Amino acid sequence: MKTLEIPTFECETGNYHTFCPISCVAWLYQKIEDSSFLVVGTKTRGYFLQSALGVTIFAEPRYAMAESEEGDISAQLNDQKELERICLRVKSDRNPSVIIWIGTCTTEIIKMDLEGMAPKLEKQLGIPIVVARANGLDYAFTQGEDTASAAMTHRCPEYNHCITNREERGATKRVSIDIATNDQIFGDKNKSTRCNLVPFGSLPSSVASQLNLESRRQFVSVSGWLPSQRYADLPALGEGVYVCGVNPFLSRTATTLMRRRKCQLIGAPFPIGPDGTRAWIEKICSVSDSKPDGLEERENRIWGSLSDYLEILTGKSISFMGDNLLEISLARFFIRCGMVVYEIGIPYMDRRYQAAELLLLQRTCEKMKKPTPRIVEKPDNYSQVQRMHELQPDLAITGMAHANPLEARNIDTKWSVEFTFAQIHGSVNARDVLELVTRPLRRRSDSLSGCRNLSKQKVDV
Amino acid sequence: MKLAYWMYAGPAHIGTLRVASSFRNVHAIMHAPLGDDYFNVMRSTSERERDFTPVTASVVDRHVLARGSQEKVVNNISRKDEEQHPDLIVLTPTCTSSILQEDLQNFVDRASSSSESDVIPADVNYYRVNELQAADRTLEQITRFYLDRSRKQNISDRCVTNVPSANIIGIFTPGFHNQHDCRELKRLPGESGIMVNQVIPEGGSLKYLKDLSRAWFNTVPYREVGLMTATFLEEEYGMPYISITPMGILNTADFIEQIGKLVNVWASSISEKKFNYELYVDNQTKFVSQAAWFSKSIDCQNLAGKEAVIFGDATHAASITKILVKEMGIRVSCSGTYCKHDAERFNEQVQGLCDEVIVTEDHTEVGDTIARIEPSAIFGTQMERHIGKRIDIPCGVISSPVHIQNFPLGYRPFLGYEGTNQIADLIYNSFHLGMEDHSLDVFGGHDTKEIIAKSLSTNKKDINWTPEAELEPNKIPGFVRGKIKKNTESSATQNNISEITIDVTYVAKEKSSP
Repeated sequence: MKTLEIPTFECETGNYHTFCPISCVAWLYQKIEDSSFLVVGTKTRGYFLQSALGVTIFAEPRYAMAESEEGDISAQLNDQKELERICLRVKSDRNPSVIIWIGTCTTEIIKMDLEGMAPKLEKQLGIPIVVARANGLDYAFTQGEDTASAAMTHRCPEYNHCITNREERGATKRVSIDIATNDQIFGDKNKSTRCNLVPFGSLPSSVASQLNLESRRQFVSVSGWLPSQRYADLPALGEGVYVCGVNPFLSRTATTLMRRRKCQLIGAPFPIGPDGTRAWIEKICSVSDSKPDGLEERENRIWGSLSDYLEILTGKSISFMGDNLLEISLARFFIRCGMVVYEIGIPYMDRRYQAAELLLLQRTCEKMKKPTPRIVEKPDNYSQVQRMHELQPDLAITGMAHANPLEARNIDTKWSVEFTFAQIHGSVNARDVLELVTRPLRRRSDSLSGCRNLSKQKVDV
Repeated sequence: MKLAYWMYAGPAHIGTLRVASSFRNVHAIMHAPLGDDYFNVMRSTSERERDFTPVTASVVDRHVLARGSQEKVVNNISRKDEEQHPDLIVLTPTCTSSILQEDLQNFVDRASSSSESDVIPADVNYYRVNELQAADRTLEQITRFYLDRSRKQNISDRCVTNVPSANIIGIFTPGFHNQHDCRELKRLPGESGIMVNQVIPEGGSLKYLKDLSRAWFNTVPYREVGLMTATFLEEEYGMPYISITPMGILNTADFIEQIGKLVNVWASSISEKKFNYELYVDNQTKFVSQAAWFSKSIDCQNLAGKEAVIFGDATHAASITKILVKEMGIRVSCSGTYCKHDAERFNEQVQGLCDEVIVTEDHTEVGDTIARIEPSAIFGTQMERHIGKRIDIPCGVISSPVHIQNFPLGYRPFLGYEGTNQIADLIYNSFHLGMEDHSLDVFGGHDTKEIIAKSLSTNKKDINWTPEAELEPNKIPGFVRGKIKKNTESSATQNNISEITIDVTYVAKEKSSP
């Protein structure tokens, strides 16, 4: 893969606000229906989870804390025995098909050997135990999912040509159930088995089937997703399987898929926005020798249907403070919508995994005749706010810690975490993304504009 | 290790941060990994705070793990000092720093030599104390630091104020209805000629802390936070304090009586004027608070003997128990708190007011207790509200942990005379909704619900209901249905009956009716 050099890369102090990566259990436990998540760590993590997840905590969720106490830290208690006791309880309470241990900073610091204990307990309990080290020492927010799916990669069955045909037929059947009504547009079904494609990244099942549909339109069948809806349905991986990321924060998973499971990675821009979706499909088609058909018309049609939102966005400026790694793709989409991006803050930038996305960003800037934004890795929130006071963007994409204070200082904001939880992938959901991003711009009323600044502090610029 | 799904009180550092960010111009620096600065989100969203939360993290990453923080923490402190010139920087340990056993005191010593701000490390043991205890300790620590220093520098003014005055200790962010309580508390002595000297920590400025001891006495409205400070001030400065929570008519009257006593000790020697609050209490009770009249009115008569379960922090749970029992004639089947460290005192306070006392941090235990008792209403935290939702019992929220909806924009104190009105509304509305449901049931409004066992942990019994008998409980109003059904089943088990027929239900009914 080629590494792209954009001269405007910067790296700051890393004093920024983001969610702890263990928050990935919030969406992963909903995605993998038969799983149970066990976060091993101190009260701090538990308090974060219960505050961040709000209402879901009351819905008898399939996640829990194994809360380390003083005895665990000082090794007066035996970790393995303690975990065994807790996992037995989880097993009898929930009967999951897999228990996923989420390692935290605490387990890192006291060097609890989760990877070593898991296989032993797995044998004892008869339930697979997957270990993901999603800790705040190494990772930010969505990267938690990356560690979990990378760990899951090792559990996928081996891809084997003899059983593939059978499996593929099964998969095709599954896909065709989702899209039964659209069957006629695909014509000859045999055409669609040219390449064995496994997209990776956790998406709500409806979004996953929408993307399945997009690729099926181009006669490329999807043979499975990582992660799957159920742990038992993990896709087969091995030589000859093409994998393709749907989210920009999955670089570890991509590496594992390539190096450990010998899969071939399709480096494509991510299917966010109609432009991203088209580029994603085109790249997949190019690998599987399928000639893309009608993609341009389809993209134009979608852009046409977005015109009311585009009118609001054109010419507006935007800054990303950076906390969930979706920033590059979203910025690229918004530039294509006619916005000017001042700054893209991002926790971590994998230039190889995101190469295609970065290239598309650069091309989009050229095409729309907009300046290339500065990309700030490991940003410093304090300096960012100072810059924002200078540049006065029309919109700031930021975390909740800064949203209200910025609003009080008359800078419109959109809460960045919403992009993680909303359905933003595929052409169909492009409208939803714009709905989110235009909301603060649409609601601006003139009646309160007498108060330009509602802050109680002095603003120091 | 402990299996936990939910916790009532947060980790220690949250308490420290709450106190630090309540003071004006105090900055807290957490020694923590990325993502632990979640306090900023909580404060900014639940309290709708319009200013940046003065909390930053000195991020612990792999490098820190390998080589120690070295210059990092010190640099972060100096940087904050230059950027925002806070009066005080509180270096806050977290679980991570306590495992790493880094010498925070050393960082503080190095940083304070170069920075203009004062720097102190929060003296809080993560594994020993919870959020509330840590807040209590931090408040005492900061107060002590400034009072001791002013004494050393000889700038402290030890003369008491000319007019009687009081400090209010323990109002802080994001406390349950604290802002409203504070306003009400200021009014309460204010109307009786007592000046409020200082409120700490909320909105308090460190520059004025030296004058804290000029007040005649201290009030600590909430048991959880402020007692340590008040004790310190009593020991070192001889200031008396009142730790009665003026919640409910009786408690408020007690509170004011105490004020009267304390004030008169000095008043007689200074101005030879004696304060008498009897008339004031009488007037307030009669005309400002509607609660006394309400408990006499026929509305409240309807509530007599109804059952309730109460759970919350020690202050609120104890006060509400007293209000329900003594002021409204409601039967409290169970009263409980998650403040384990304060269990003894809690037991003392609710002694004789309720059938059983529960002290636990485990929400399933609380849930199962509620399911077993099946009260007509619950008064608890957000967790109890959700338990109530699941088993169809109305719940009034009386204590943290809470949601954004418990930070109302309108004026809703729990303390003082206006507080009694608010509490009466809350209690009446909770019960009343249950009654409304009952009336609908009686008149066949929406009586299509299936009977379900109202228990959180399902325990299957081997008891069959014949189809006719099955219909029988449907004739009973919904809110007692589960109970009747359970009585019937337990009566059947006692008599070794494995199938419940219509006859059995009648026998059970006869037995259970007094």
